[in-house]
Amino acid sequence: MSEAVSRRRVLGVGAGAALTGAAAGVAGTYAAQQAQASPAPAGAGAGGQDLAAAVPFHGEHQAGIVTPAQDRMHFVALDVTTDDRAQLVEMLRAWTRAAERMTAGAEAAPGGVVGGGPYGVPQDTGEAFDLPPSGLTVTIGFGPSLFDGRFGLSDRRPEAFADLPAFMGDDLDPARCGGDIAIQACAHDPQVAVHAVRNLVRIGFGTVSVRWSQLGFGRTSSTSRSQATARNMFGFKDGTNNVKAEDAGALREHVWVQPEDVPGAAAWMAGGTYLVARRIRMHIEIWDRTTLQEQEQIIGRTKGEGAPLGQKRELDRVDFAKQGTDGEPAIPVEAHVRLAHADNLKGVRLLRRGYNFTDGTDGVGHLDAGLFFIAFCRDAVKQFVPMQRALAAKDGLNEYIEHTGSAVFACPPGVRPGGFWGEALLS
Amino acid sequence: MRPTPATSVIGAVLLFGATACGGPGSAAMGQGTGAIAVEATDTECKVERTEAAAGTIEFTVRNKGGKVNEFYLLGEGDQVLGEVENITPGLTRTFHVQVAEPGTYTTACKPGMRGSGLRGEFTVTGSSAAARSTDEKLAAAVEKYEAYVAGQSDELLTRTGEFVALVKSGKVEQAKALYPVARGPWERIEPVAESFGDLDPMIDGREDVVQEGLAFTGFHRLEKDLWVSGLQPDSAKIADKLLADVTDIVAKAKAVELNPLQLANGSKALLDEVATGKITGEEDRYSHTDLYDFDENYRGCKAAIDALRPALKERDPELVAAIDARFAALDVELDQHRTDGGFKPYTALSRAEVRELTVKLDAVSEQVARVAGVVAT
Repeated sequence: MSEAVSRRRVLGVGAGAALTGAAAGVAGTYAAQQAQASPAPAGAGAGGQDLAAAVPFHGEHQAGIVTPAQDRMHFVALDVTTDDRAQLVEMLRAWTRAAERMTAGAEAAPGGVVGGGPYGVPQDTGEAFDLPPSGLTVTIGFGPSLFDGRFGLSDRRPEAFADLPAFMGDDLDPARCGGDIAIQACAHDPQVAVHAVRNLVRIGFGTVSVRWSQLGFGRTSSTSRSQATARNMFGFKDGTNNVKAEDAGALREHVWVQPEDVPGAAAWMAGGTYLVARRIRMHIEIWDRTTLQEQEQIIGRTKGEGAPLGQKRELDRVDFAKQGTDGEPAIPVEAHVRLAHADNLKGVRLLRRGYNFTDGTDGVGHLDAGLFFIAFCRDAVKQFVPMQRALAAKDGLNEYIEHTGSAVFACPPGVRPGGFWGEALLS
Repeated sequence: MRPTPATSVIGAVLLFGATACGGPGSAAMGQGTGAIAVEATDTECKVERTEAAAGTIEFTVRNKGGKVNEFYLLGEGDQVLGEVENITPGLTRTFHVQVAEPGTYTTACKPGMRGSGLRGEFTVTGSSAAARSTDEKLAAAVEKYEAYVAGQSDELLTRTGEFVALVKSGKVEQAKALYPVARGPWERIEPVAESFGDLDPMIDGREDVVQEGLAFTGFHRLEKDLWVSGLQPDSAKIADKLLADVTDIVAKAKAVELNPLQLANGSKALLDEVATGKITGEEDRYSHTDLYDFDENYRGCKAAIDALRPALKERDPELVAAIDARFAALDVELDQHRTDGGFKPYTALSRAEVRELTVKLDAVSEQVARVAGVVAT
């Protein structure tokens, strides 16, 4: 037991079997073992989550998509700096092994923090050594640029997968756009999420370099019926009508890429999903000077309860036909909920999983705050693009927001024990 | 130099006791055939004989071209076994190199001091030295690196003397041209040089990191005079002090006793210097000759790795291969910024170019950082 594989000492109590298994390097079994071996909560997160709980890494789909949205996120987009496909594969294998361990609450490598002796460089950076799994998930995606021919993948790019078009009003900073590979790490503890990204980036030195990075300090969406709807930086509940983990039919229809979507060389993507990321700067200072009535009219919901205008409760049906006492539609024609609603977009829905951010200041006396919008969908061109076109053209919110970053990534299906991220793509 | 003491490199626990001095032999000159003449032009590298017996080999390199030239004898993975640099047109330089192991080596001239050079094969004959244990290899590594430090120390003293003379005679343009070159050997052995307390800040302290009670002296003070303020009434005095301090430190550096772990830590420390001082353009803020220092730190790192190479190859051949591959990638990146005999000013680099250098440097550093663990095993 001197290997000290657990980065959380409390796991060692009564978890000997699990730890021995992990120490022996039984790839892919940590999560299951840890889940069985650590029933005692190590503490609770800000939202009352059981921090000792680990989210299984392996499965049909990647974790971190329909997983009930954790409180914190660290997202990073990377450029691949080598042309050597074998080196890329080697890194993805190493990443997978490290992520298996970290999501189970273990160090990135066995004995990673202090087990390498006084003269070795620690293989794990150590800041999560004493922390529980904290619901960590690590999700990866491949950008369209990865299929540009450097790695012989151009024929494997799914037809529906391309860079997003420009939208009206975009104010994109090239330094916050695109990337060959993305890592989304979510956890109930920000330190655990950052630790995961940091260690994967480190493993990747020589193969990838960081292109841009985004921290999210609070979830805005609920992705499970077990969760309350969280609020965004405008103070409104965000994502009430989200696709939920419990709705298998909706996930099939709107989130998971189906085999028929990706025939031939693109078949590796079946069971995957497309991740759309948009960094939306919110001019919160201006918004905060807006009357409650105007705020509610712009969003189309009440601020307190989150009910659709004209209704009483948050989960009441959104009724676009309903009129107010003045004879005007209760939900204005340019209200955000109206434009973004499936009823007005030929049934299109997304699984939203965004996070609030505040990145210091804009240098002229304001906070650089907003929403890091993340959505998962079966086809970004058919789902996200029409929705964003509608919003970009008319949304009353546009006066208060600016899209400053944009990217789309193809998240491959889940990893089976012994396998690695992107195996079907790169084998 | 940075204010943080790098003395730990030298102060580290002596892991390996003074192993018997069983260096790469003092074999007699190869078959009495004397020095091998090398005729270098801008397009050719003619080596008179391409075979020699193991032992001390002497080369006499004559630059008949129009560009500044260099000559190298390289081993596996382009390990530098011996080199002579800065051979100006018309000049002839002689150098000796010890080669203990028979095998196939590479000669290379580098007209303009850039690229991988005009290469040729070179065979060393004779019987292999007795197989050495890893500990013996580590002892040999230390011996080799100490010899390197001594050689660079001599070079530092010579070049500093030339630089100081130019400053004192008011030859500003010539002094400016020599400044980055004169500092080169210092940068190569920086972790060793920095270990001598106050001498380091006096020789290489930057204006903003000079401690209270210490005057701003040394290379960077003269750099500021040459590029920004013009020569000052006390510039000559500063120059004299620089030479005196360098003389002092050279004597110490030549007497230093190292251990293998210090070589490993030193190789990493040199890359850390690049990462925190050179790639940021902080080191040579008046002259913007930071890329020269980048290159020299990097060469110093390679020299330490090369000394350790036989032992590393035995213990972790994959690490050696990974380091070599990443060295090669960084070489390509750095070579893009060479000019004839030198480097672009730091200010001529775009942000994207600085990023590329940083990315390639990170890749090297991450691997070199593992060397200490392997050496200490």
